[in-house]
Amino acid sequence: MNSPTLDSAILTLVTFIPMAGALLLLLFPRRDRDIRIFALVVSVLTFGVSLHLPVYFERARAGFQYEINTPWIPTPNIHYHMGVDGISMWLVVLTTFLTPLCVLISWKSIHERVKEFFILLLIMETALIGVFVSLDLFLFYFFWEATLIPMALLIGIYGHERRVYAAIKFFMFTMIASVFMLAAILWLYAKLGTFDFVAIQTAIRNGQVDGWVGAAPWLFLGFFVAFAVKVPLFPVHTWLPDAHVEAPTAGSVLLAGVLLKMGTYGMLRFNLGLFPDQSRSNAPWIVTLALIGIIYGALVAMVQPNMKKLIAYSSISHLGFVVLGIFSFTQAGLDGAMFVMLAHGVSTGALFMLAGILHERRHTFEITEFGGLATPMPVYATFFSFIVLASVGLPLLNGFVGEFLVLSGAFRAREVYGILGATGVIWSACYLLWMYQRVFFGKVTHDVNRTLPDLDMRERLALWPTAVAALVMGVAPLLWLNAIDPAVQNALAPFAQLASKVVGQ
Amino acid sequence: MTPSLHLVLIPILPLIGAAVNGLLGKRFSRQAVATVALAFCGAAFAMALWIALRFSSLPIPLTEYVAPWIRAGSFQADFAFYLDQLSLVMMLVVTGVGFLIHIYAVGYMWEEGGFYRFFSYLNLFMFFMLTLVLANNYLLMFIGWEGVGLASYLLIGFWFTKDAAAAAGKKAFIVNRIGDFGFLIALFLLIKHFGSLNFADVFGTIVENSTQYPVETAGAGLLTAIGLLLMVGAAGKSAQLPLYVWLPDAMEGPTPVSALIHAATMVTAGVYMVARSHVIFDRAPMALTVVAIVGTLTALFAATIGICQTDIKKVLAYSTISQLGYMFLACGVAAYSAGIFHLMTHAFFKGLLFLAAGSVIHAIGGEQDMRKMGGLRDHIPATFWTMTAATFAIAGFPPFAGFFSKDEILWRASQVSLAYWGIGVFTAFLTSFYMFRLWFLTFFGEYRGDQEATQAHGGIHATGSRAGVPAPHGHSGIHESPKIMLIPLAILAILSVMGGWIGAHRFELFLAPVFSSHQTAHLVALTSEQAGQITAMEHLEWVFTAISVAAAALGLYLAWLLYRDRPQLPQRIANALGGFYHAVANKYYVDELYAVLFVKPVVDGSTSILWHGVDQNVIDDTLNDSAEAARDVSDSVRHMQSGNLRSYAGWVALGAAGVIAYMIWMGTR
Repeated sequence: MNSPTLDSAILTLVTFIPMAGALLLLLFPRRDRDIRIFALVVSVLTFGVSLHLPVYFERARAGFQYEINTPWIPTPNIHYHMGVDGISMWLVVLTTFLTPLCVLISWKSIHERVKEFFILLLIMETALIGVFVSLDLFLFYFFWEATLIPMALLIGIYGHERRVYAAIKFFMFTMIASVFMLAAILWLYAKLGTFDFVAIQTAIRNGQVDGWVGAAPWLFLGFFVAFAVKVPLFPVHTWLPDAHVEAPTAGSVLLAGVLLKMGTYGMLRFNLGLFPDQSRSNAPWIVTLALIGIIYGALVAMVQPNMKKLIAYSSISHLGFVVLGIFSFTQAGLDGAMFVMLAHGVSTGALFMLAGILHERRHTFEITEFGGLATPMPVYATFFSFIVLASVGLPLLNGFVGEFLVLSGAFRAREVYGILGATGVIWSACYLLWMYQRVFFGKVTHDVNRTLPDLDMRERLALWPTAVAALVMGVAPLLWLNAIDPAVQNALAPFAQLASKVVGQ
Repeated sequence: MTPSLHLVLIPILPLIGAAVNGLLGKRFSRQAVATVALAFCGAAFAMALWIALRFSSLPIPLTEYVAPWIRAGSFQADFAFYLDQLSLVMMLVVTGVGFLIHIYAVGYMWEEGGFYRFFSYLNLFMFFMLTLVLANNYLLMFIGWEGVGLASYLLIGFWFTKDAAAAAGKKAFIVNRIGDFGFLIALFLLIKHFGSLNFADVFGTIVENSTQYPVETAGAGLLTAIGLLLMVGAAGKSAQLPLYVWLPDAMEGPTPVSALIHAATMVTAGVYMVARSHVIFDRAPMALTVVAIVGTLTALFAATIGICQTDIKKVLAYSTISQLGYMFLACGVAAYSAGIFHLMTHAFFKGLLFLAAGSVIHAIGGEQDMRKMGGLRDHIPATFWTMTAATFAIAGFPPFAGFFSKDEILWRASQVSLAYWGIGVFTAFLTSFYMFRLWFLTFFGEYRGDQEATQAHGGIHATGSRAGVPAPHGHSGIHESPKIMLIPLAILAILSVMGGWIGAHRFELFLAPVFSSHQTAHLVALTSEQAGQITAMEHLEWVFTAISVAAAALGLYLAWLLYRDRPQLPQRIANALGGFYHAVANKYYVDELYAVLFVKPVVDGSTSILWHGVDQNVIDDTLNDSAEAARDVSDSVRHMQSGNLRSYAGWVALGAAGVIAYMIWMGTR
């Protein structure tokens, strides 16, 4: 299995199997059932193939693995350069893990333009994976923007009442912000004549870039703005609740589960990787925004009358933890940030699926429309409570590990960061348990809810993997952490030098 | 080399029980569910007994390493278990009392819906509680700590269709989270300064570097900060001021839950944690003082509320808060073993009180209001006699168990400050009074309840009763509980009588290796002047004992006077006291105060200022209403660039916007 040819081809395979599936779907007749099954097969196959990555990954090695680097376009000098380290590998697996669940959860809820839906979904998967594996900035930017179109279409066509507004808002926010990143990438290309991430990183570290001192702060901001909007960081987060509420369930799952992580991944890879000095000097205000996001997101989540909006705001809060961890520049903080990304992908993905399941039955997300659901839907209520507990960071489930590491890292960086961040622990319990109580406990208040069917086999099949993942990640986090840890150590190396430089002076 | 004890099995066994019942129990018969739950819980108890029997031959303290859990850089936390005298005592109390309560619960819950769910949660609780007391590091302890909170949440809200139960479960979880926030910050401080959360590493470092970690008499330092933060966590879990508010509401849970979690075991976790961290507290006199003051005030405060409660379980709940206050007082005067001793005897008699109260409630068809009880002595004699033992134990009459432990606490407190002792004795008087008030109201005089209600057995608490399940015992009217409930009562009654006979001194000697091995400050915390007083007062110990017994007797007399001899008096006193009485009867309006001070501002502020204000008005309006401006910005961005490739983004945007517009138009047509 572990042959050199497969090793260099594996990332291409993982990235483009969904795309190939999408192309084949184009040729399918409009028999919805066949289309669904084929999409499921393709996505499960992609997941299976992607498992090659962690299985044969050399845990102790910090650098990029499964690399492939061949010239693609000579002018401009664009390379087809892909590779993963302990950071990006898990994001790829997270993507391939969630996509089959998205297919399952869309089985019935999408009944018009089914073919286009699954084509878009699979294109989306390719684009998302491409973002995480690209080591050529041009390639990266290409995939980065490529995620926008299928997502905007998923929202705009298959969404709910205000879908057009939400789709355009989503598109404009992230598109405009990305332009700044493009400008920064092009500046780097103009100076160095390459888009290659590793080459650029080496050049910067060796001080071989003309005009670096003057430009670096702007370049840092160029990248940062694009990532911050994607995360989204307060105050550029307002596109997210609208996008989520309007998006179809699968769109929400991928949006919260993976797409947001493009922003935090970008910060980790590019802001920290290329601009250690600027990262450090900008950290105070970035951390401040992250802390505001944690608390603000939680407080606003608490008072949402709409279940999906509540989950959306909780994402803002959770992603604040990630940014806080990244800009703490500590081993624990970054390990934790990575882990929160994965854990949040699983549990928030599951929460959106659960919300979607309810929407399929009642066509509403309003919390007041429910109440006492634990009586007619006990299995559903159990899954929901399990995922809620994972989200509030109960130890032995996945949310705790990441949050704990982030906060301990942030605390080590500056006590007040850790203390303010840790209030999020209280808030998350408030908003999630309150919502849970209003939806599931008490007597059934609306007669229509009395006869709601409990989960069917397909829905259970979509939810079980997330529940199992939440438990395994909480009990045996080292399966993930021992690949993340060396990569993070590598990412932090320039910061250690920076610190010793400061001490030396 | 001793063979492995497989300590990990002790928590894991109940976890297996929880998993089996949780996943498959729906298809099981009640007998099967009960068998699984009792077998796994009983196995843990048997293992604990087996370890206790061979304890003297073990190399104590011993650590059993299972697997690493979290690692980040140089920080690591493991699944590893730690056995010493302290964890042995805790393990025995938790498994022993826990097992008895499991047995009782089979009888108590027999007719309830969700029988399997109940026992799954109960076993889950045992898993987390045993993890908590056997952990060898703070992080594993934190797993147990949060986990028992989860089990408590699930069990308080067991009858989830009742709004009050669901709200109480949530309240318990959130208030505990506030305490956990303090606990977490303490953990971060420990990691930052010691790089580890292992008890052995942290305490070893502190003990070995006494110059770096001196007794912080001069002012607050690192250890004081850690101690205070740990105490915040302990105050949440163990329902101390100001975080006690969740425990009375937790009485919405089934009574066996109140006995196990909210009296005998979980709520004592804070006491255990402080005792376990004594190396830190010993060197932080200020933190110790805070512990002692919080404990003393909570003991008094809760006892005063207990006097005016009419719900039998609420009286016991406030009594639990009050007794926990005694345990913290003991820890606060560095008499940790006295605190643990009281923890143990309290587990016996308070567990018993709750179970007996449950038996009373069971007997009269779910009624919990003592004003509707009375004269039950003859109807339910077994319950009456066991409850009598427990009442005398908690009131502190010799030779019952509570006397020995409470007396030791008061004596040790008196050596540090007579104020602690005075409040403690006054609280003991109050305790005796409200407990005998409960006793007289419940068992003596005329039955004041509704005869009809007793016909429909379980009418109130059996919300989820399944139709068609035959009751295990035929009955009509007031009836004694089945044997399966009475046997645990009897065993706990024996323990409530004899549990203290080992004596505080011998108990202290047993725990001495835990509390003295690192001990420097136990006496350092006292000034030499105080030490002189101690020797002067030593021969006075019996006087102090006599005073506290007299206080208990006075409480008994007063309760007899008011609730047996002249039952019309209490109302007149209440009327005379007017507003003060109402304040106490309404629990000093603390819940209302918290609602006005914290809950309402946060909810209203989040709604009107953050969500509608910041999010919608400021951010979105700025962005939405200025489409013009947005276009200008993007124009200027485009002008900043030149060259073919650079306009690429613009084309992508335009093209994509076109495609989207087209598709949406197609889609919405």
